[in-house]
Amino acid sequence: MIRSFSALILALWATGSTAEEMRLAVTTSFDSSGLADVLLPAIKEDLDLDVQLLVVGTGQALRLGEAGDVDAVLVHSKAAEEAFVAAGHGTHRREIMYNDFVLIGPATDTAGIADAASAADALQRIETAQSLFVSRGDDSGTHKAELTVWAQAGFDASTFDSWYRSVGAGMGQALNTAAAMDAYVLSDRASWLNFANKAELALLYSGDPALFNQYAYLPVAPAKNENVRNDLAMVLEAWLTGPRAEALINGYAINGETLFVFNAQPK
Amino acid sequence: MTQMFPLTLDQVLVRRRGKAVIGPTNLVLQPDGPTIIIGPNGSGKTTLLRVMHGIERVTSGTVAWQHNDPSQHAFVFQSPIVLRRSVYENLAYPLRLIQTPKPEVAQAVDHWLERIGLADMRHSPALRLSGGERQKLAIARALIRKPQVLFLDEPCANLDGHATREIEALLQEATAAGTRLVMSTHDMGQARRLAQELVFMLGGKVHDVGDAETLFTSPANKELSAFLRGDIVT
Amino acid sequence: MLQTFFEQTGHPELVILSAQWTLDIDWLLYFTRKDRIVFVPQQSKCTASMIEILEGLKAAFWLVITFDAELWEISLRSLRVTLTALLIASAIAIPLGTYLAVQRFRFRRFVISLINALMGLPPVVVGLVVYILLSRTGPFGVLDLLFTPTAMIIAQVIIITPVIASIAHQSMRELWAEYHDLLISLNTSKRQRILTLIWDGRRNLLTAALAGFGRAIGEVGAIMIVGGNIDHVTRVLTTAIALETGKGDFALALGLGFVLIGLAILVNLAIHTLSQTEREGRW
Ligand SMILES: Nc1ncnc2c1ncn2[C@@H]1O[C@H](COP(=O)(O)OP(=O)(O)OP(=O)(O)O)[C@@H](O)[C@H]1O
Ligand SMILES: [Mg+2]
Repeated sequence: MIRSFSALILALWATGSTAEEMRLAVTTSFDSSGLADVLLPAIKEDLDLDVQLLVVGTGQALRLGEAGDVDAVLVHSKAAEEAFVAAGHGTHRREIMYNDFVLIGPATDTAGIADAASAADALQRIETAQSLFVSRGDDSGTHKAELTVWAQAGFDASTFDSWYRSVGAGMGQALNTAAAMDAYVLSDRASWLNFANKAELALLYSGDPALFNQYAYLPVAPAKNENVRNDLAMVLEAWLTGPRAEALINGYAINGETLFVFNAQPK
Repeated sequence: MTQMFPLTLDQVLVRRRGKAVIGPTNLVLQPDGPTIIIGPNGSGKTTLLRVMHGIERVTSGTVAWQHNDPSQHAFVFQSPIVLRRSVYENLAYPLRLIQTPKPEVAQAVDHWLERIGLADMRHSPALRLSGGERQKLAIARALIRKPQVLFLDEPCANLDGHATREIEALLQEATAAGTRLVMSTHDMGQARRLAQELVFMLGGKVHDVGDAETLFTSPANKELSAFLRGDIVT
Repeated sequence: MLQTFFEQTGHPELVILSAQWTLDIDWLLYFTRKDRIVFVPQQSKCTASMIEILEGLKAAFWLVITFDAELWEISLRSLRVTLTALLIASAIAIPLGTYLAVQRFRFRRFVISLINALMGLPPVVVGLVVYILLSRTGPFGVLDLLFTPTAMIIAQVIIITPVIASIAHQSMRELWAEYHDLLISLNTSKRQRILTLIWDGRRNLLTAALAGFGRAIGEVGAIMIVGGNIDHVTRVLTTAIALETGKGDFALALGLGFVLIGLAILVNLAIHTLSQTEREGRW
């Protein structure tokens, strides 16, 4: 019996692959946009490169880069990214594209943010109404963007009462939580459009430039350790800033809505 | 083969939970047997056998063999222990432990299966056997390595007359084949039939030891004669 | 009323075939072929969650009968990782549990308590520790094992070894109590005692191993951290479920969950059948 069991396990392991591989840490919001499913096959086709995505929050993505456990990161939190490069963890920062954040809330819009003048104004209305608000609370780029807008509105989110729910979870989980509680939540547009469990939630406010969400690509410094594939990271960067990526990114749409704007500058 | 006997127990004391279970007591067993141990319940027969076999620690005193070879001992327990294996594998087990070549194992096991009448059940689980069959199996398993000494703790308790006779025949054969028996029993008839030497235990001590026929016909003291009559002894 | 209910639950395309349909059970009989026909028991307690579960069952059904390539891939990977971890963990835990049953030594009680305590170790903690050890800056970084199935196997081995060892120790202790006198009397070596107990107690040990399997196949916290849930590399059923839940696709998540349960049942049955046929042969 032990013999047949071992044979079974051996049989299960009998597979293999030959293409070059690199690891890219990306944010949950990038992954849930679905853009990766378009880009990765094209990358494989053009470069014969298997890009393995590690889908984590921006904070964890930068930690992975810091430890040299990934070869590059694609995140959206400018201040943290610049600190990452300044500390020598990354070779440089290259902007690739942006999308925008949107404010989601109950379709009944109890705080009345739909006609707000700005993102900061919308958050002020939520604070005034003390409506339930779900925060990612996971140190992700989205979380940081949310805190920035709260600051613009003149508030310190850490002082809020129980209407402000910090869930410490990814975008999808935060949206699930908001859907279950009929709460407001700040989401990136792509995650929202791809989200299947919308329940009573609706997109209530968007369009303020303060809500623009810049994605940048940061190759991990090869000095980290000998396993970091900086060569592959550079090849990928060239591709991500090239014409094929531009066409795919600008052309990517969900339900007819385009999500991303390619804005990489030629070198 | 080196002679293991005499076996000398000198001032042996076994204390368990503060209570003296055995002794202090002395006993010398000579090469001639069988030795039958009798005595009331709780008098220490089982413990004495285990001490002699070397599987029960003594608190003080010494157990000295002329020449001890643990591989030449075997023990049949008061309630037979059967392995969760087939009848065949139960018998083969002691031989396998000493790396006996396969053909020899098969030959010995087949011989004993025939001898104890379990050949038809060789492949059934030993746990399905009846009490008497289990006891025969345990004795055959103890004898399969042809030990120089075999300890048996009430091997016929709970068995009917027929099964008892079968086992006695097995034991007499073993004696004839040169295995020295040391056995406890509550069956006085069995004691008379098998014993050459008799040991009478009382209160954890060897009260009497001597030639069986002599002790049966003329008990040396009132305790032994009362016990042999079936009276209550304290 | 029901029509608006379906709209609310996000299934406006559903059509009620018969509102008169009555069933004793609190259950919707749900015909899936075209997503269009529904039998609803009168006054049934239809709730959104009920629909969700049915959607899940439906998703599982379609995934399985269409031999969905992706599902195959992650199911096979789940099996591969967990069965390998199980083999390694059993090879450690079974002799260890048996040794602890037959051998008395100074720190025995302590070791047993430690194993029992390790059973309660949160998988996330195991994952984090393995992550730190395997990280390229960690002590075993040179092996470059992080975010590979090997890392997931290591984490699972750490999680299930205490489980198997503890259950194995429990049943081996009982068997040892049964065999103790005989094995001592037969002058067996330590090794022989352990091997005898393992062989004769193998069916109980199988139960211990299956408990370990159940824990490993359903584990998500640790393998998410050390495996990274990388598509085509380290994505397994449980991490895929977590991912789909995050996307709000509860039906697919549930569907994968049902596949996972089905897989676990299949493996249990297969292993039991294997041991059964073997038992018939030997006994
Ligand atoms: N490990 C132990 N701890 C405490 N008491 C014990 C232990 N082993 C034996 N005893 C006690 O020692 C006494 C002798 O026990 P033993 O089993 O040797 O008697 P026995 O003569 O074989 O009795 P029986 O005829 O009923 O089998 C009994 O009172 C028993 O309870
Ligand atoms: Mg007794």
